[in-house]
Amino acid sequence: MRLFDSLRSFASNLFRRAETDREIEEELRSHIQLRADDLERGGLPHAEAERRARIEFGGYQRLKEESREALGVQFGEGLLQDIRFALRRMGKKPGFAIVAVLTLALAIGANAVVFAVLNAFILRPLNVPQSESLYGPWRLSSDMSESYPDYLDLRDRNHSFESLAAFNVTQAGLDTGSDPSRAWVDEATGNYFDTLGLKPYLGRFFHASDEHGTNSAPFIVLTYDFWRSHFQSDPSVIGRVVRLNKFPYTIVGVGPPEFHGTLMFFNPDFFVPIVNHPQFDTNDMNARGDRWVFMTLGHLKAGVTPAQAIADLNSVGAVLEKAYPKDDPKMSFKLARPGLYGDYIGRPVRTFMTALMLLAGLILLAACANLGSLFAARAADRSREIALRLALGSSRKRILRGLFAEALLIALIGGAVGLAGSVALLRALSVWQPISRWPLHMSVNPDAKVYAVALLLALASGLLFGAVPVRQVLRTDPYEAVKGGSVETKRGRFGLRVTFQDVLLLVQIAICAVLVTSSIVAVRGLANTLHNNFGFELKNTILVETDLNMAGYLGDKVPPMQKRMIDALAAIPGVDSVGLADQVPLGDAQPDSNVFADSTTDLRPANAASDAMMFKVSPEYFQAAGTALVSGRAFTWQEDKDKPRVAIVNRQFARKIFGSEAKAMGAYFKIPDGARIQVVGIAEDGKYGSLTEDPQPVMFLPILQSASNSAYLVVRSSRDPEQLTLAIRSTLRNIDAGLPVYIQTRYKALDAFLFGPRMATISLGVLGVMGAMLSVVGIFGMASYSVSKRLREFGIRIALGAQKSELLQAALGRTFRLLAFGSAVGLLLGLAAGKVIAFIVSQATPWDPVVLGGVLVTMLLLGLLAGCVPARRALATDPLALLRED
Amino acid sequence: MTTQAQLLPGTLDLLILRAVSLGPLHGYGVLLRIEQISGGALLIEQGALYPGLFRLLRQGLLKAEWGVSENNRRAKFYELTATGKRRLREETESWNRLSTAIASALAPQPEEI
Repeated sequence: MRLFDSLRSFASNLFRRAETDREIEEELRSHIQLRADDLERGGLPHAEAERRARIEFGGYQRLKEESREALGVQFGEGLLQDIRFALRRMGKKPGFAIVAVLTLALAIGANAVVFAVLNAFILRPLNVPQSESLYGPWRLSSDMSESYPDYLDLRDRNHSFESLAAFNVTQAGLDTGSDPSRAWVDEATGNYFDTLGLKPYLGRFFHASDEHGTNSAPFIVLTYDFWRSHFQSDPSVIGRVVRLNKFPYTIVGVGPPEFHGTLMFFNPDFFVPIVNHPQFDTNDMNARGDRWVFMTLGHLKAGVTPAQAIADLNSVGAVLEKAYPKDDPKMSFKLARPGLYGDYIGRPVRTFMTALMLLAGLILLAACANLGSLFAARAADRSREIALRLALGSSRKRILRGLFAEALLIALIGGAVGLAGSVALLRALSVWQPISRWPLHMSVNPDAKVYAVALLLALASGLLFGAVPVRQVLRTDPYEAVKGGSVETKRGRFGLRVTFQDVLLLVQIAICAVLVTSSIVAVRGLANTLHNNFGFELKNTILVETDLNMAGYLGDKVPPMQKRMIDALAAIPGVDSVGLADQVPLGDAQPDSNVFADSTTDLRPANAASDAMMFKVSPEYFQAAGTALVSGRAFTWQEDKDKPRVAIVNRQFARKIFGSEAKAMGAYFKIPDGARIQVVGIAEDGKYGSLTEDPQPVMFLPILQSASNSAYLVVRSSRDPEQLTLAIRSTLRNIDAGLPVYIQTRYKALDAFLFGPRMATISLGVLGVMGAMLSVVGIFGMASYSVSKRLREFGIRIALGAQKSELLQAALGRTFRLLAFGSAVGLLLGLAAGKVIAFIVSQATPWDPVVLGGVLVTMLLLGLLAGCVPARRALATDPLALLRED
Repeated sequence: MTTQAQLLPGTLDLLILRAVSLGPLHGYGVLLRIEQISGGALLIEQGALYPGLFRLLRQGLLKAEWGVSENNRRAKFYELTATGKRRLREETESWNRLSTAIASALAPQPEEI
């Protein structure tokens, strides 16, 4: 209440201030006048009477202020004055203010960003009503997936959930009449939206009553975002019939704007009833053993605890275990939060975010410590002024309040700038799609909580670093200033003693050097990665992804269609060669299979000679992909189902299975279905599953001998990719207008693989900048402090003829020794850290002259940047001015 | 100045209330009245009167109005409010009790004589 009262009086006083001030003034003057009249009547001359009256009255300004305080005007007035004064002081030394504001802006901005992400993923649950009671059953023996019959049993037999919904994630070809494209689809049970308690934005949702058996509900509910991006927010879209994998579907509704499905990060384009699953995939809806349903979820009934729900689920599980021992051998459950797929994604995200939050907190603390020493240096500069004010009767409280006002002002401005920056960054993050092929989104738009946290952090850090010079001010002795001696505030002297501040700065410099080293290592590694030998050519390659299943091609209709596509694309002018593969190295998936020695007859997994990745390719694939054959030949179009099976293997496969490449040529191996396959060629090694993997055994099989529905067309051409993309698209449309295709350059297709290394490099870079900023401020603060404390000494030295180099040595020697020592320690640690980075960024090695040189130059630059202002000040010391002043 | 005494902390308010209780006064008048009723024995820093006056004003013990002084100068006149009168009565009583107690404590005791 007191706070409220004082705030109210502050507000009203703002308006009344001027008038009250005038009135006080008038009254005090009237007093002096009356007294002077009396004195004059007593015989004093007029002028003398007035002088005496003023003297008798006492300290006019002080009394006026006390009077104001007595009237309760003090609070607002003083604060306003303090702010004005602080602004004026900041204006006088803009460099200091800018450094301080930028430091805080970065530190608070970092905290705001990390907190916003933490808030979006962990603190703020899914965007559905009553999400706190939303749980999904998790099978202890595996994960949250279920088979469709098991889901139905769980749904119908449990007594703990209000209702139990389920969904599965799939892709489908969407044809709206113009441009068929791939879309990400959530296949949801009829009760899905009702279970979540959602209301449609437009039209209606589908319900349990729409389900009448397999393929009975051809309905689409669009997400709000997809409706906006693909249907231009057209409300007449309700009732329109579109084709999904060639089957007609009716759009019945649009979901609410804030709903992006029940899996964070992963935003589907639209929802279809799960009973239509056979139109999307080959799973048997009745097979109890096929656990293809991605997740089940629902709200716990009011009053049911998670423990009770688990017991309930387990009892349902026990019944199912007994009834279907083969398909449901172990059916006991725990409950998991659906948003982050329980602890599977949730735990690493939580751990990572908590660590990041701690780190951001540390950065803010370090920033406060540095700003604290900057403030101490400032207060030392102003010690004469402070002493003088104390001598003139100002209270220490008043001076401290001034200092705090300045600190808080800087903190608030810094906080505001930092928050603005972080909001921009968060907006960008929210629309960012890290891997273009996947519907991954991070909805991290800041809310009120984020703003509040930023404000609190700003205030807290202002109070924190504002408190550093308090002791200094409290110890200032006014008599010293009056006597004209130097004002020595008693603080840890800069002798040989190692102070806390030294250690703090040393640690900061070392950490900064580690981060700078690591980020240069990572950047170098990332740059080298793209010049790596992948075992295929990145340049002049376009990857065309199609799924014949989505266009209704099945079985025997597939191979002729694939051949037609290859021939059509090869006929485009400027195209050198076109190959086809079911999957490509460093693509979406890497199918693998056990391989057995030719002599093995018992083809049990335990007897396998090795596991090898398996790509099914057309004869021209090697030429189109730019994969060199070391020996042997490529496939031919004659090698089909009727011919003996053949394979091309890579060198690692040859070495691992056959001992040497020479032995491999012409030799045979077996695959789990028992087929004998002869090696007819050997291809160079490459990268297949990840950029950092060791050499992997790989076999290439002719697509005609083992057909596949999914198909990547690898197009080699030196034509401009954009034009070529258009040509490819129109060519394929001429063959089949309903075929969804996805065209990207081979470089772009590596995005998913470069995501980790890029993120690591960016994070290290950001941390490196933060570390550098902290170090600069720290060095700057320390050097400034040491210079201002020894300004008189420098003046005397200059007067006695000291050389510039000697002065610099005295002014910055200690700081730069700290810098050198910290950098050395940091560099050594950074070199060790380089090994860790190599796990994420291939080709990262710290033993690289560019890295070592880069770190040295960076640290030196940081030192120069931070040291130049204090150094200039030390050199510019004017001995005459100093002597005159004292 | 041996006849003048320093003011005890907290007694200025009581003196002001007492001075004003005899009729409306401006600040300077309050000062003169205190000098007069204390027989010139109490020394007040002139300006220090005003924070005291304003404190009482803010507590609602005094009310003030601008007027004209006897020699035609604009001045602010103070007088007691009802609360002020009550407060003066209470304070006077408690002061008397206190001073009697102190006086008797300090008075020469029979055994000392």
